Amino acid sequence: MNWLTSPRWSPYAVGIAIGVLSWFTLLISQKPLGCSTTFARTAGMIEKMIRGDKVLLRPYYQKTKPVIDWQWMLVVGMVIGSFIATVLSGSFSLQWVPARWATAFGDAAIPRLLVAVLGGALLGFGARWADGCTSGHGISGTMQLAVSGWISAIFFFIGGIIMASILYGWLA
Amino acid sequence: MKTTRSDLIWGLVFGILFGFFLQKGGVTQYDVIIGQLLLEDFTVIKVMLSAVVTGMVGIHLMKRLGWVRINPKAGSWGQNAVGGLIFGLGFALLGYCPGTVAGAVGNGYLDAAIGGLAGILLGSGLLAVVYPRLSGGILTKGGYGDLTLPQLLKVNEWVVIVPLCLLIVLVLYLLP
Repeated sequence: MNWLTSPRWSPYAVGIAIGVLSWFTLLISQKPLGCSTTFARTAGMIEKMIRGDKVLLRPYYQKTKPVIDWQWMLVVGMVIGSFIATVLSGSFSLQWVPARWATAFGDAAIPRLLVAVLGGALLGFGARWADGCTSGHGISGTMQLAVSGWISAIFFFIGGIIMASILYGWLA
Repeated sequence: MKTTRSDLIWGLVFGILFGFFLQKGGVTQYDVIIGQLLLEDFTVIKVMLSAVVTGMVGIHLMKRLGWVRINPKAGSWGQNAVGGLIFGLGFALLGYCPGTVAGAVGNGYLDAAIGGLAGILLGSGLLAVVYPRLSGGILTKGGYGDLTLPQLLKVNEWVVIVPLCLLIVLVLYLLP
């Protein structure tokens, strides 16, 4: 059972495993893999806790209800699954600043956290604008041959390549 | 459609597997994702394209057998290209996407768990606030509905799937 404790698998093996997983989510749960709706639902739950039931009147939350559903549990499961994988390979560790960031911008936690919040905000805003993320459009949409999936996936990478070049090409 | 307890349990089980695979693929790591966006490390694309080829053949075969229904998402240029671009800028700043950020949390990465989650929730909530101003405007610009590539090209879906899979396998073979 070396493969369970090995820190990295071949990317092709991982891709095939995720592809097979996508058969079963469709077959058993009638759902494609996707993640970003969960963050919209959670944002709605948090706003509802603060501001009360009037939040539910927002047209967005009429369409995407702030409730726990299949995908919400999927995302919770992903945290657990990744945790199990990293514990089995003995690579779990608490880390504030990734190595690549530290080399370019130093190992202080605050700058990294501020950029992570800004990046996360653009990511969440963009994912809900585009109605999907790297999983929902990038993997599930493209395999369904959806035009929306292919266009989104291409623009995810165009935006990502532009910003990564600015960050590490000019600012680092 | 009502969510049942068994839906929730299956969601959790599939999520555990998805998170496990992503971690083993290395794509829950900031350095791997940034390496991809800087076009130095092609792990992310290798994982995604292998998943797409495998998934594409399987789900269309199952559809042919009448086992599953496929519901492509509707979209528009204003929605997918503009939203995709905003997403991409955030993708590079955060260094995780909404799925891999969950995996990164499980890995113990605190930039993902604290900065990333807070940011994504903030951005998602903000979109919900401005949504009424976008929904009748830019989100519908250049709409194509739930069009698929075979419908666009007016051919049988296997006429798209077979060459596309061969092309993806060729790209995977050529990637460093």
